[in-house]
Amino acid sequence: MGRLIAFLAPFAIGGVFVLALLVGAFMPRDAVTPDPTIALHKEAKEVSFKSDGVFGTFDKAQLQRGFKVYQEVCAACHSLHQVAFRDLAALGFTPAEIKAIAKKNDQPTIDEKTGDAATRPGLPSDKFYGPYANEVAARAANNNALPPDLSLMTKAREHGNRYVYSLLTGYANAPAGWAVPQGLHYNPYFKSINIAMPAPLTSEGQVEYTDGTKPTVDQMAKDVSAFLIWTAEPKLVERHRTGFGAVIFLLIMTGLGYLSYRRVWAEIKYKTKKGEVASA
Amino acid sequence: MSFPWAKHYEPTTDVGKWIDSRLPLPRLIYDSVGAGYPVPKNLNYFYNFGVLAGVALVVQIITGIILAMHYAPNTGLAFNSVEHIMRDVNSGWMLRYMHAVGASFFFIVVYLHIFRGLYYGSYKPPREVLWLLGMVIYLLMMATGFMGYVLVWGQMSFWGAAVITNLFSAIPIVGDAIHTWLLGGFSPDNPTLNRFFSLHYLLPFVIFGVVILHVWALHIPGSNNPTGVGIKGPQDTVPFHPYYTAKDFFGLGVYFTLFAIVVFYLPNSLGEPDNYIPANPLSTPAHIVPEWYYWPFYAILRAFTVNFLWVPAKLWGVLAMFSAILLLFFLPWLDKSPVRSNTYRPLSKLFFWILVVDCLILGLCGAKPAAEPWLRISQFAAAYYFAHFLIILPIISRIERPLPLPKSISEAVLTNAGHSVEAARAAVAAVPQPAA
Repeated sequence: MGRLIAFLAPFAIGGVFVLALLVGAFMPRDAVTPDPTIALHKEAKEVSFKSDGVFGTFDKAQLQRGFKVYQEVCAACHSLHQVAFRDLAALGFTPAEIKAIAKKNDQPTIDEKTGDAATRPGLPSDKFYGPYANEVAARAANNNALPPDLSLMTKAREHGNRYVYSLLTGYANAPAGWAVPQGLHYNPYFKSINIAMPAPLTSEGQVEYTDGTKPTVDQMAKDVSAFLIWTAEPKLVERHRTGFGAVIFLLIMTGLGYLSYRRVWAEIKYKTKKGEVASA
Repeated sequence: MSFPWAKHYEPTTDVGKWIDSRLPLPRLIYDSVGAGYPVPKNLNYFYNFGVLAGVALVVQIITGIILAMHYAPNTGLAFNSVEHIMRDVNSGWMLRYMHAVGASFFFIVVYLHIFRGLYYGSYKPPREVLWLLGMVIYLLMMATGFMGYVLVWGQMSFWGAAVITNLFSAIPIVGDAIHTWLLGGFSPDNPTLNRFFSLHYLLPFVIFGVVILHVWALHIPGSNNPTGVGIKGPQDTVPFHPYYTAKDFFGLGVYFTLFAIVVFYLPNSLGEPDNYIPANPLSTPAHIVPEWYYWPFYAILRAFTVNFLWVPAKLWGVLAMFSAILLLFFLPWLDKSPVRSNTYRPLSKLFFWILVVDCLILGLCGAKPAAEPWLRISQFAAAYYFAHFLIILPIISRIERPLPLPKSISEAVLTNAGHSVEAARAAVAAVPQPAA
C-alpha cells in the first residue's frame, strides 16, 4: 500500500500542477488596450564617445566643456550628489581653480557662536548638492516634478550614455492626436513620452566655449553626456587599463596551464595508438 | 574511504612526521585533493565546474569581507556607501564589480555543474546524499544572492525584496504574520536591510560548511564519470594530483579570463539599470525583475493565473515555485533507471535536451513583463518542467531500453581511441588487478 502511494504520488502532484497551468494557458485572454506610449517611444540614438570600447578613455577637453554646460544649464535644477569639487582634478582643473569653483557654492552650516542656521563658502571636499535644500523645495519650484540627481544617470537608464544625448536632442512637436498635458513637453526618448523638463539646450552658443569648439546644440549635448559618463564611472580609464593587463596576464597563464596539462596527461591520453595499452 | 590502490601519504621530513602524528592535516589534503584520491581517467571538461564553483565561492567571500568593511547597512546610508566604495575606496570599484559579477559567474558555474549531474546521472546510487547536499548549497545560494542584491538599496533591491517577501503572505491564515516577521515591519525598511546584511554575511560560511560535507560525500563513492560505469580497478583511475590539478588549473585560467573580461569591460551588463536609482518606496518601477539566475523560477511563479481547486492563483504560484526547486531533492527516487549516463539512454537523452531548452525558455519568460505572448509561453514551459520530472522521467526510467554499456571505463576509453571492443577488453584484462 505504502509502495503504491509512493509510486503514484509523483504522477498525482505533477498532474495537478500541469492541469492548473494548462487551464490557465487555455483560458481566453481579456482584450488589452495597447499602451499608446509604446508606439511613440524611440530607442536611444546611435552616438559614440571616446570612453567607449576596450581602450576607451576620457577626452579631458570635452569633459571640461561638458562641465561648463552642466554648471551653466543643468545645475540650475540638478545636483551631483556623488561628486565632490575636488574630483574635478581628474578633468585637469588645478587646486586653485577647484577652490574657486567650490567657493562659489555656499553650503549650509551653523553659526559657531549662536548655533543659528548660516552659510559658509564651499570647500573642495563638498559635493555638488544642487540648488534646492530638500525634495519639497525642489518639487515646489518645478511644478511638482523632482529634478533627479545626475551623478549616476548614464548608468541608471538603458543605454544610458546614448540616452542622455538622445533625450537632450530629442524634443519635438507632438504628433497629431497626441495631447501633451499643460506644463509637460513631448520627447519620444523619455519613457513616458511627456517630460516635465523643458528643452534645456535650445540655441547655438547658449554656453560659451573657450577652446574654440563650436557650441552647437548637438555638441553641447554630446559634451554634457561625456561629462555625465565621467560622473557615473570616474574610474573607467583605470578599469580599462587594469583589465587589459589582467586579461593579457590570464591568457598567458592559461596558455601555460594548457601546455602543462597536455604534458602531464601525455602518456595517459595521447599515446593510445592501436595495440598499445594505455594505463596509469 | 578510498580505493585500495590509492597512494598513501608518507611524510618524508621529521617535521612532516611530527605533524602527521599529531594533526594529520597534510594527510587529509593529500587524500582529498592530492595524489591519494583516485579519479576516473575519462572525465571531460564538464567535470571542471565543481572546482570552479568552489573557487567562485572563495572569491565571493574574500571580496565580500572587504566590501563589508566599507558598507553601511542603513537605509539612509546604504546606497551612498556603495558609491563611496566605487569612488573613494582603493580599488573599491574592482572589488564591488568582482563581487557583483562574481555572483552571476557563481550561478553560471553551478547551473552547468547541476546540468552535468543531470546528464550523467550523478544523483543516482550511491551518490544520493552528495546530490542532496548539492541541492542544499543551491538553495542557500539563492537565499544569499537575493539578500545580497537587496543590500545595494537601489530601486530593484527594494522592490525585489517587496515582491519576494510578499510571496509568504499567500500562505493561508499565518501568511501575513510570517510576512511581517520576515521583514521586521509591514514593508522593507531598516530592520529588513539590517537582518539581510547579517544573514548575507552568515550564509556564505554555512555554504562553505555544506561544501565540505559535499566534498566528503563525494570522496566516499568517488567521482562519477561520463560513462556512468563504476570504477573496476586501478586501470580506470588516475591520481587527482597531478592529473586533475593540472586540468583544473587550465579550467580555472579560462574561467578567470572570461570573468576578467566581464568585470573590466562589461561590469553592468548582467545587472539592471534601475538599481542605480536609490530605493524609493513611493515610486514603483514599471517592470520589476529579479537577477537573471532567478528568472526561470520567477516565470513559474507568475505562470499561475487562475484559481484552481479552491486554491487561489497566487498560492499556486508560490507552491509551484518552491516545488520546482524542492522536487529536485527527490530526483534520485524519481529516476529509477539503473543506467546513470545519458550517453547510453537514447530516450532520456532526448528529454534531457528538451528540459534544457525548456529552462532557457522559462528564463526568457521570467525576464519579460507578465504579458502575452510571454505569459502563455511560460504556462506551457512550466507545465513541461513539472511533467518532465514528475511524469516523464519516472515513466521512461521504466520503459526505456538502454544501449549496451561498456564493461569498464578503460574499455570505453580504448574503444573511443579507435580500438575494437575485443582488443580493448583484452588490453584491460592484461592489466594486473590489485590484490584484494
